[in-house]
Amino acid sequence: MRLLTHNMLSSNIKGVTNGFPLGIVVEKVIEKPVEMNPDFLKNMFAKIEWKALVDASRSMGYTELSDQVDSSMLDSVEFLQRFHHALLELHLEEGALVCPETGRKFPVNKGIPNMLLHEDEV
Amino acid sequence: MWYLCVFYHRLLDYRKPEVESLARMFGAFDSDGGGRDGAEHLEWRLPEHHHPDSPFHFVDLPSEDVARDVANRSILVKGIYELWGEGDSYEELEDAIKNYPDERKLPYLTSESTFRITVDSFGKVISFQEQNERIQSLVYIPFKGRVNLRNPEHKFWLMETDDYGANNGLPPVVQKRIFFGREVGGADRKLLPTYQLKSRTYLGPTAMDAEIAFLMANQAMVKPGKLVYDPFVGTGSILIAAAHFGAMTMGADIDIRVVRDGRGPDCNVWSNFKQYGLPMPIGLLRADNNLPPWRPGLKEVFDAIICDPPYGVRAGGRKSGGRKLLKGVVGPYTVPDDKRTDHIPSTAAYSLVECVHDLLDVAAKMLVLNGRLVFFYPVLREDESAENHFPEHPCFVLVSASEQILSSRYSRVLLTMVKRGPYTKEIEEVARLKHLEFKENHLKWLEDGNLHSAVFSPNESVCVAESDIKVSKDTKPKYRGKYV
Repeated sequence: MRLLTHNMLSSNIKGVTNGFPLGIVVEKVIEKPVEMNPDFLKNMFAKIEWKALVDASRSMGYTELSDQVDSSMLDSVEFLQRFHHALLELHLEEGALVCPETGRKFPVNKGIPNMLLHEDEV
Repeated sequence: MWYLCVFYHRLLDYRKPEVESLARMFGAFDSDGGGRDGAEHLEWRLPEHHHPDSPFHFVDLPSEDVARDVANRSILVKGIYELWGEGDSYEELEDAIKNYPDERKLPYLTSESTFRITVDSFGKVISFQEQNERIQSLVYIPFKGRVNLRNPEHKFWLMETDDYGANNGLPPVVQKRIFFGREVGGADRKLLPTYQLKSRTYLGPTAMDAEIAFLMANQAMVKPGKLVYDPFVGTGSILIAAAHFGAMTMGADIDIRVVRDGRGPDCNVWSNFKQYGLPMPIGLLRADNNLPPWRPGLKEVFDAIICDPPYGVRAGGRKSGGRKLLKGVVGPYTVPDDKRTDHIPSTAAYSLVECVHDLLDVAAKMLVLNGRLVFFYPVLREDESAENHFPEHPCFVLVSASEQILSSRYSRVLLTMVKRGPYTKEIEEVARLKHLEFKENHLKWLEDGNLHSAVFSPNESVCVAESDIKVSKDTKPKYRGKYV
């Protein structure tokens, strides 16, 4: 699971009002190089919750993203490379996503987050 | 400018929508590209006495560049040609070619160029000797260049049709006509043997045929850098076509065995992408389209949503919640804490109306403005005489509906919709209420005892309840060659 996916997901358990961002329990992180597409990154930048991405990348052991950003930084190649690395190259291979309200763990196995709810959570 | 557009004689309903979508993607409707701004459709014309099912059409495209791009990207266009002349006989053809302006012809006939003439026919066979005679008869065209059969700069085509396709008292599809033109571009059908399902490692029972998957990607106007989502990803057959055209892909499925495990380490969704050297999907996850896990503020991230929803014809849809739970026989089952990690939640049947409602709601929210939703919708052929009823949504405008007959009972229609309106608070609230209503109705179907009919054709009370999925009318002529 890439952090782009993490940035899009929330806990949708019945009754949970604040299911975002999901906490990350890390068991295994891997890096997979992906070709950088600046236009895609610029497009995604507007849709990303930046703080959630920064926190998530830190819990995966990547600390190069700064807390404060604005869109003018998208002109910097260096910034784009860091953004690209955090968003698309870091993978949570094994671990779990944790609902911030209830603490329920959504397991991540072989890189696939399992977001299906149990019967009593629908 | 008018071009002759010749199609492969198959999937007749899909041909024009494909060209229209690609023309839009390559800028035929942009005002700065010399196109007709604001127009919804291209202009089409038929050769004299040809039936709409004919593979020969004329289409108005703003430039040769657009025509070439459309033809080369398409799956169903055999070729797009600049027509130099046509006629019912070779005498008429000669007059037409002679009258075609020299300034259009001479640049392609120069002595330093190479060329080839191909004789093609539809509805008849022309022997090799006859082909040569026909080429020899073109002496009145001042060809100065050298002949190169392998890799010529200019390709000329002489196409002859004969009365063909008359049956059951219906008029023939084509009548005798001869065309001569210069090729501008044509489909790369070599894609299809490369991607054919029989050589793909990981397949499911409902993997999408490669040709149709490419058509769906073309309908969705997939381009490099676009983000494409399939909420019923299965073995990834639709996303493979999108990735081939350069898109970033994302998929979800309720069945974790399919998305996570496949049939082993070298036989799963990832390995399918690897097999073709395509970039891996950006994300694959297990999620229920009935209860999508997207964060509340997330909107307008996908450029296209392409899918083949489970309608219960070959594979039934599932959603969260057990049968007994939804029936109310048992209270919500509380999973003991020590069993939570390995617990497998039960799922219930997912009806056609609810599935389509959820799909339209997710698409309305998650697609960018002018993004496209492309999906299959099943039709019972028993009521062929009645108008087809397609789902509607206030955010979406129907672009095209292409039917493919599957059996004597069922056919499926590829619907292409474009998002034209924003996803407002009001629409969101209506969708939420509808979601709750479906939950109650589920109980009713179960009491009726016929789950299959509820899955495939829900009873009246449910249809009436569909206030936001209005019914559209689309009258179609009865005779259509959808079998080819």
